[in-house]
Amino acid sequence: MIEKTVAELSEALASGEITSVELTRAYLDRIALHNTELNAYITVCEESALEQARIADEQRAAGSTLPLLGIPIAHKDLFCTKGVLTTSGSKILHNFISPYDATVVERMQAAGAVMLGKTNMDEFAMGSSNESSYYGAARNPWNVDKVPGGSSGGSAAAVAADLCAMATGTDTGGSIRQPAAFCGITGIKPSYGRISRWGMIAYASSLDQAGPLCKSAEDAALLLNVMAGVDDKDSTSISLPEEDFTASLNESLEGLKIGLPKQHFAEGLDAGIEAAIRNAVAELEALGATVKEIDLPNSDLAISAYYVIAPAEASANLSRFDGVRYGYRCENPVDLEDMYKRSRSEGFGDEVKRRIMVGTYALSAGFYDAYYRKAQKIRRLVKEDYARAFEEVDVIIGPTTPSPAFGLDSIKDSVTMYLEDIYTIALNLAGLPGISVPAGFVDGLPVGMQIVATDFAEAKLLNVAHQFQKVTDWHMRKPILRNAASQQREA
Amino acid sequence: MQYETVIGLEVHVQLSTESKLFSGSSTKFGAEPNTQANIFDLALPGTLPVLNEKAVAMAVKFGLAIGADIGKISVFDRKNYFYPDLPKGYQVSQLDYPTVGKGSLTVTLEDGSEKVIGVTRAHMEEDAGKSLHEDYHGMSGIDLNRAGTPLLEIVSEPDIRSAKEAVAYLKKLHSIIRYLDISDAIMAQGSMRCDANVSIRPVGQEEFGTRTEIKNINSFKFVEKAINYEVRRQQEVIEDGGRVVQETRLYDADRDETRSMRSKEVANDYRYFPEPDLLPIVIDDAYIDAIREQLPELPDARAERFTQEFGLSEYDAGVLVASREMADYFETAAKLSDDAKLAANWVSQDLQALLNKHSWEISESPIQAERLADLIKRIKDNTISGKIAKTVFETMVEDSSSVDAIIEAKGLKQVTDSGALESLVDQVIAENPDQVQQYRDGKVQVIGFLVGQCMQLSKGKANPAQVNELLRSKL
Repeated sequence: MIEKTVAELSEALASGEITSVELTRAYLDRIALHNTELNAYITVCEESALEQARIADEQRAAGSTLPLLGIPIAHKDLFCTKGVLTTSGSKILHNFISPYDATVVERMQAAGAVMLGKTNMDEFAMGSSNESSYYGAARNPWNVDKVPGGSSGGSAAAVAADLCAMATGTDTGGSIRQPAAFCGITGIKPSYGRISRWGMIAYASSLDQAGPLCKSAEDAALLLNVMAGVDDKDSTSISLPEEDFTASLNESLEGLKIGLPKQHFAEGLDAGIEAAIRNAVAELEALGATVKEIDLPNSDLAISAYYVIAPAEASANLSRFDGVRYGYRCENPVDLEDMYKRSRSEGFGDEVKRRIMVGTYALSAGFYDAYYRKAQKIRRLVKEDYARAFEEVDVIIGPTTPSPAFGLDSIKDSVTMYLEDIYTIALNLAGLPGISVPAGFVDGLPVGMQIVATDFAEAKLLNVAHQFQKVTDWHMRKPILRNAASQQREA
Repeated sequence: MQYETVIGLEVHVQLSTESKLFSGSSTKFGAEPNTQANIFDLALPGTLPVLNEKAVAMAVKFGLAIGADIGKISVFDRKNYFYPDLPKGYQVSQLDYPTVGKGSLTVTLEDGSEKVIGVTRAHMEEDAGKSLHEDYHGMSGIDLNRAGTPLLEIVSEPDIRSAKEAVAYLKKLHSIIRYLDISDAIMAQGSMRCDANVSIRPVGQEEFGTRTEIKNINSFKFVEKAINYEVRRQQEVIEDGGRVVQETRLYDADRDETRSMRSKEVANDYRYFPEPDLLPIVIDDAYIDAIREQLPELPDARAERFTQEFGLSEYDAGVLVASREMADYFETAAKLSDDAKLAANWVSQDLQALLNKHSWEISESPIQAERLADLIKRIKDNTISGKIAKTVFETMVEDSSSVDAIIEAKGLKQVTDSGALESLVDQVIAENPDQVQQYRDGKVQVIGFLVGQCMQLSKGKANPAQVNELLRSKL
């Protein structure tokens, strides 16, 4: 049962085939069995999960038909959860019990979801491998010597290994799509402003966007129905007519115009991944889509612009972690400056410090024009590239990542790590929605295909992804977990 | 060498919104520490600002009152620095696109001349909390009640040339702000704060001298003293062959001096950048027009009207309109009593003296405008004399009964009954034969003495005009 999609579990729960308590118990058991190795969860909320499941079963008995009633979810550990440890993957929040719920968490709860726990992540969402987590790296369920991707690596690993039915993540430069690709699941980064950021611990405010990681495009649509919507607590959330993202899942792809950016099929792309993506595009052509090459001339500038804007915003966003009001404070500070310096240097990890320094530098008097202002210009150019492309095509398709999941500790320098996000980062700069869906395997590791649509055209993305998943089974492939395998052998 | 003083003022005014600039917490003054700080004010991770529209309306109101350009698009920026009373580690302010652009204020100087002082801009920002350095087991305490209170920072051009001009500018600013009802603007409580940028230059020199910024000035009087001290200090530095150092100086009112705040002045790099959690404020003409319609009559216009409608002198009108409450008080008293001149005198003299004596705000006056009007009416209809009225006024401070009841109870009613007056006059004529003779011999000015005797005999209650007339006819 635990391997099923949200759509399937909803039916099973509705028909009485299984109760939420049974289902929740099953996930908790599996977490107990595999989390030590996968390190997908930082916090598991066994007691409260079972209590929520019990209430969900009662509600169902009383006739409730909430969309996610009784379905177990995992939240990335940067969503504030009332009464539950919320670390953002950092030592500096090692003791932070949030007194309030993020809007995303609140909405999931209101939809009846059962919270299993909080998932591992790169510290403050800064990373593409999950290795910057203070709580140790999460592992890729397809090969535990490989990274699950990042920063939402814990959520992706948990969904892929069936340690939950669904999970939330956030994506600032690829942090939902890249781990989804590495772990062989479906992950969508909605348009900027689609989902409230209230209660989401900020990395780079103008780029951060929450989204679901799940087992199918259909599930992504179901979750988006719950998560999306304007929130008066987030001034950058956007008011749009309410939309049912499942409504157009089954529309035909006949006449769909697909653009393949030549920059995303160029040097640096793994040959196996290229082949997988070209095969996937052929499947879509077989469904009636037409394909043309497009040009995104400023693609190569996106990473540089991102690594100015994101650290600049982060350098301010992370100033509140000062040891004064909550979180980590160094022992026996001699004065204020000592407290600031030691609390922050002991509380933050290296990658976070690196980005704070880069961001601080980029905003400094005398450098602002050369870095921050120029990066904002590039941001506009990147946005214009996409706007121009969308005059010709309906969706843009390419690989989510240039290579499959890499080995733990295999990437030592930051710049190589930053290049992992080469295909994903531009969308955050442009505020566009993108989805990664499983599209094949290379050396036993999943390949992700990224589909991009114009602003607020998530329904189109989900439609294309769902149609693709109806004719392929990549998203249904499951990793064989070592523990499970050895147990089977013993049995 | 003759020096010219150049002053620019930065005035922070706490806008009197009920809730904070970006959160729903109350802004009330004087609550228990940290009882008015919600999760946003504490800068918990994940919290976001939501702009208080009322603060924008107040800023626009101010802008329109000083004839300023209103920014059609204004943008909030983050000003980054670490301090324990700044919970986010940055202050949200406005750098390049303030809500209020260039405007000006006209002030009246002591010699009666007028001067226009430019306002460079006025921008919205959030206030910081307070560090409490009392004894917390050797540590400092932080109170975040004030953190996030909306401020309007009003920056003047360096158009001010003396401490007195600076005070005139501040008082005018204070008056306009009170008229607009956008702030309590009480310097002693910190709801209006003033930093002064002061420099001097040889008379005739174009370029400005090096300026110092004086902080911590919390009354109009101290503004004048602090600037005067600083001007003297800079002159001495220059005359001793030194150079003025650009720095921040604190004014110490107890010692009446300014002193350097930091030993080494490092230019702070606040690394401003646009606040990504907030959208730019877009203000359209319809919004501006709607606010313009809410603008009250401002002090200059009111003074003008007072001179025309009530025939007051420009000086009297200027004194009365300086405070909105005072002007309201006067206007009520003038209308109800139907004697503006008397009302103006009573308000600006007797009432003002009473308020000064007790350090009362006009709202705390035990004599309201309606009662003062009653008193004036009794002077006008000859029930009491102007002199007796002063006694009644003093009684009214303690006694909240009606004016008529006080006059009645104390037997202060003016004697106008001709029979009673006649016997009074007869008695005085009988008791002062020498003076009567002098009068009859042609020394008519002696009548004054005789009237005085009558008044004394009546304990001030006799109507002096009637007494005068009676005496003349009898003599």
